[in-house]
Amino acid sequence: MANRWRNTLTSDDVTPEAMFVNRRQMMAGAAALGLGLTASPLRAAGLEPNSFEDITSYNNYYEFGTGKDDPARYADQLTTDPWTIKIDGLVEKPGDYALSDLVPQMTIEERIYRFRCVEAWSMVVPWNGFELADLLELVGVKSGAKYVAFETVLRPEEMPGTRFPVLDWPYREGLRLDEARHPLTLLATGIYGKPMPNQNGAPIRLVVPWKYGFKYAKSISRITLTDQEPPTSWNMANAREYGFYSNVNPEVAHPRWSQATERRIGGGLFAKREPTLMFNGYDEVASLYQGMDLRKNF
Amino acid sequence: MIDVVNRSVRAIPNWVLYVAGAVPVIWLYVLGFQNALGADPVDAIERNLGLWALWLLIAGLCITPLQRLTPLRLIKLRRPIGVVAFFYVLVHFLTWLVLDVQIPSQIVADIIKRPYVTVGMAALLLLLPLAVTSNNWSIRKMGARWRTVHKLVYPAVLLAGLHMVMQAKGFQLEPLVYLAAIAFLVAMRWMPLSSFRQAFVKR
Repeated sequence: MANRWRNTLTSDDVTPEAMFVNRRQMMAGAAALGLGLTASPLRAAGLEPNSFEDITSYNNYYEFGTGKDDPARYADQLTTDPWTIKIDGLVEKPGDYALSDLVPQMTIEERIYRFRCVEAWSMVVPWNGFELADLLELVGVKSGAKYVAFETVLRPEEMPGTRFPVLDWPYREGLRLDEARHPLTLLATGIYGKPMPNQNGAPIRLVVPWKYGFKYAKSISRITLTDQEPPTSWNMANAREYGFYSNVNPEVAHPRWSQATERRIGGGLFAKREPTLMFNGYDEVASLYQGMDLRKNF
Repeated sequence: MIDVVNRSVRAIPNWVLYVAGAVPVIWLYVLGFQNALGADPVDAIERNLGLWALWLLIAGLCITPLQRLTPLRLIKLRRPIGVVAFFYVLVHFLTWLVLDVQIPSQIVADIIKRPYVTVGMAALLLLLPLAVTSNNWSIRKMGARWRTVHKLVYPAVLLAGLHMVMQAKGFQLEPLVYLAAIAFLVAMRWMPLSSFRQAFVKR
């Protein structure tokens, strides 16, 4: 059942870390000399994954603080082994699933996806993970189920950010069942072939590349199949700014900033803004929303 | 002790304060050029300059109350603090304009359509006449009007605090603490001093 989706970005596009560092130094050198930057062909094609360092040092994971560097600083406090996911609601085989039993039954693939944050910055991330569809098949979805709800673990003693009511904890996210079953949708367990770093949502997180990054629930401790649209954290905090769908859409502005363009992280001080693509470039999901007004269902 | 502070403050030449004020901005950009500001140097520069500008503006608001309530005489620092704060606000704004938003049509749209940008922009514009008239010649030339014009600093700093609050995602305490501190410092200007004296100064 795995391998339904093929990468257009392949592992050949992954820049070796050493070369990436060299290129960065060259760019910094050129910039310092006032020469400006000439975009590399790789960058022009938009195919170059961000360095492991960028991906693991610039994170939004408010359970560890609202600063971009807070997760890298504090997330090592989180115990990720052993880990169980409670799977309940409208499923044939509800229960507490140990991750160590679950993962060997799944096919782990590498998927190089564009990642677009609602804050109008973006990265390219080489994820390792399995299709959520495969897990849903394993647990058996009952016929009335229409949505999948995700919950991030809540451990105030390990997550300093949750001591403040920044959001209504625990962090909750949700997908429509057809979105959850789409072959692009992953449960990711690693990055760059390494186990998922804590600041990126270890041990297991959602990846939905055509949606804004906040939809990618991290450190998932519960998955619930429901017949109602589940409440989601950012929508609960500010419904005007964050819709349930939150598909990447350059035509629907966030009330506080435009979504028409994005800044690619890793391009240094003079990175040019790039146009944001509808569905973050994953046009194959367009059929999921046929007949829907995506301005209303933002 | 306080006499030592007052005397050393008076002894510092103004140019030293202006140079010292410019160093962090230059340093921040040097780090940016060297790719030493993390994954998103533009964001780091914007945030730091915005925060430092707010610190300086708040420090500037503290000087007069300290003078009234304590024997500290820091009035000499008020102009350098204000001018350096404006410099930070200006570089913060130019960084946003040139390195962040980049696209002219989007800059205009953001200033008009995005309330937090509008508010920040208003704060900058209110500070502009203050920066321009922060010199002895203007004080002489403008006479009593100078004091009136420089009261613009109160709405400007309030708007700067509001600008910070409006950018926060979710419920965040830190920006609200800043705004409350600013509101208190501004409100002090209209409060009877006797109530504070009793609290601050033991007689």
